[in-house]
Amino acid sequence: MATEKKAASASRRQFLTGAAAVGAGTVAAGVARAAEPDPLITEVQGWASGFGDGVDATPYGLPIKFEDDVVRRNVEWLTADTISSINFTPIHALDGTITPAGCAFERHHSGAIELSKEDYRLMINGDVETPMVFSYADLERFPRENHVYFLECAANTGMEWAGAQLNGAQFTHGMIHNMEYSGIPVRTLLAEAGWSGEVEGKWLYVEGADASSNGRSIPLEKALDDCLIAIKANGEALRKEHGYPARLVVPGWEGNMWVKWVRRMEIMDGPVESREETSKYTDTLADGTSRKWTWVMDAKSVVTSPSPQMPITHGHGPVVITGMAWSGHGKVTRVDVSKDGGKTWETARLAADPANKALVRFYLDTEWSGEEWLLQSRAMDETGYVQPTKAQLREVRGLNSIYHNNCIQTWWVKSNGEAENVEVS
Amino acid sequence: MSKSLKLYAGTAIGILGTLTLAVNFADRFVADFPENPRTMAALPATQVEPVAEAPSGVLIGAATAATTDGGGTFGLGRAALPEEVAAWDLDVSPDGTGLPAGSGDVWTGETVFEENCAVCHGSFAEGVDNWPKLAGGDGTLADEDPLKTVGSYWPYLSTVWDYVHRSMPFGNAQSLSADEVYAITAYILYSNDLVDDDFELSDANFAEFEMPNADGFIIDDRAETEYSLWRAEPCMENCKESVEITMRATVLDVTPDHGGTEATEEAEASTGEQEAEVEEVAAVAEEAVPAAEEAPAEAAPVETAAIDAALAAEGEKVFRKCKACHQVGEGAKNRTGPELNGVVGREIAAVGDFKYSKTLAEMGGVWDSEALHGFLGDPRGYAKGTKMAFAGLKKAEDIDAVVEYLKTFE
Repeated sequence: MATEKKAASASRRQFLTGAAAVGAGTVAAGVARAAEPDPLITEVQGWASGFGDGVDATPYGLPIKFEDDVVRRNVEWLTADTISSINFTPIHALDGTITPAGCAFERHHSGAIELSKEDYRLMINGDVETPMVFSYADLERFPRENHVYFLECAANTGMEWAGAQLNGAQFTHGMIHNMEYSGIPVRTLLAEAGWSGEVEGKWLYVEGADASSNGRSIPLEKALDDCLIAIKANGEALRKEHGYPARLVVPGWEGNMWVKWVRRMEIMDGPVESREETSKYTDTLADGTSRKWTWVMDAKSVVTSPSPQMPITHGHGPVVITGMAWSGHGKVTRVDVSKDGGKTWETARLAADPANKALVRFYLDTEWSGEEWLLQSRAMDETGYVQPTKAQLREVRGLNSIYHNNCIQTWWVKSNGEAENVEVS
Repeated sequence: MSKSLKLYAGTAIGILGTLTLAVNFADRFVADFPENPRTMAALPATQVEPVAEAPSGVLIGAATAATTDGGGTFGLGRAALPEEVAAWDLDVSPDGTGLPAGSGDVWTGETVFEENCAVCHGSFAEGVDNWPKLAGGDGTLADEDPLKTVGSYWPYLSTVWDYVHRSMPFGNAQSLSADEVYAITAYILYSNDLVDDDFELSDANFAEFEMPNADGFIIDDRAETEYSLWRAEPCMENCKESVEITMRATVLDVTPDHGGTEATEEAEASTGEQEAEVEEVAAVAEEAVPAAEEAPAEAAPVETAAIDAALAAEGEKVFRKCKACHQVGEGAKNRTGPELNGVVGREIAAVGDFKYSKTLAEMGGVWDSEALHGFLGDPRGYAKGTKMAFAGLKKAEDIDAVVEYLKTFE
């Protein structure tokens, strides 16, 4: 914590002095000129003369020390204890779409457990011909698939319902990651246990091996359609904090359903109505009634830079506005960006063809001359859904929903390049 | 069957079990969103995927092949033994399916709750610090700040039983007997004024009990209330006349990286409770910084009294019961209880920024073996008035072990 704080304040100071220094050099029109030769170029530097690290210096590498502030962060006042808590992906500092596992957010209900492949068992029971037990080695022998999917916690942006609160994209939108999973379709495993073939009215209850025994009921149709038992993420074994050695993947649906350390799947005639699908992950409306089974994550986007943790530190001229968009209904088709708080919009460039239920990166390559911006982004998906404003959401749901806040976010970029989380009319 | 149908009528989730349903679903789109033909064309292609034609083709073959010995298409895995299924299949459904035989009354529940739950949830289930409140909040769900508790919010009693049985107590899950869980559940109902003090809950009367907010839930209706409004071509120019900033995050500055000093001065009074917590966090953080910076200088091993590693390892297991409230090790902070680095041999009530009970604050002496055995064996007997709502470690060897474990943190 202490080092995090130091790193953050150092970067703030750096920003203030750095912006002034660089700004002076580049404001002039045309090609900038240096007053004196750059010693980094004219003098032989240590790294250009001596050795760097040999191979094997770091058998499994971590990011270079200069990037040590690109880390997950926790908001301490949110929860009573880190054992049952959440932290946030540093989305402000990332680019592209794949989230490195080491900084992908964590959410545990009873801590991240150490469960070895040798000790791992997956049971399938309930309405099947034969209740079965699979070892991890068994799982590796089933045909498997690769898919990239986003995982968003239903509570992402949840602290912003009542107003602009946390000053940084990491904190407002960082309960999300996007990984490439290698896993076995759930339908393959259910078939192996002799599932009857009956779908209507059937549910699959899935639970984890940790002490929280987190379990969720999933309509069997969804489980058969695209759910996976993932054994790898981004090419390597799942990290402990993401459910090593196996987790459930529920594409497009809220993160709590992606049961980690998955140990049992049971075909049932109805939902269990477990704690996490009744007392939590239900959305209370203004009149006090609550929505349940709100599983799909609707289309959403956020500008990750500039943003409060990513101020503009260079002078006027070219600037890249970037962010990410996603939809639990399928593919994002378009992202628009507004610099004036939603009066006018321009369509951003998508970095690659959008994939199904996966993050897409967008860019708006533009110019900045020190004017203030009220930066917003707005995603559309293939169902024609347009990401709503906070006012639109509140109109329907009130202020107490907590979950599924997919509103348009506003960053106020000031003339000095700093940015702040604000709400606008 | 009917549940499933309602479900899919009510949500726009695109996975459909049968063609009939899929057609219904597509029809709904045609009716609701005729202005967007591009979208409609795209939808059926991705969403209408009858299960019987699942891409791998594995499904049908397996379903029939499995009628033999449970060895499906691949012949992998093995049949689960009945004892194994019984050990893991513990979930309890709203109609009581899955409940074991047993019973427990309110008064037994009070004792069990005090020993196992009150440390976090309070003696009357009213919650301690940021831990969940289990009682109260009746009639607040439509308020500005609803209090969602078992009594005011949870729709099914089965959820309480199932959760307590499988997931509680925090840090020592699956340690309660069925009768204890019935008793705790009865006590939670009593704390919410839902039963009288002579109430006994059992598998026989469980299903009769209806929770007050059972009818307070509706199935996801976003398809009707939201998608129908927001699937429309968006405005690109002159979308509004003026834009004003109506709220700023730096006014209510609760963002961790900024520390607390500059922020809390400006904070508005309207979010009192939250601010109090933030100030606490900020105060802890400030204290932590110098401590962490000084640490390397002091890190030289001053004393290496022989530690019984095996005993300490046992103690680490015992310490799980303490972890919900006490931290040890690098970066340990005060939580519900004080951090315990160096507690063995230290003066009683010595952590400066922890608010001890009057009893401990005025007790004097040091935490030597005798004092630790006395206190940990019977906290409230040894120090009447202590805030530590822990029943105590019954076995002396557990205390020996946990003390040995604590010695490893200087």
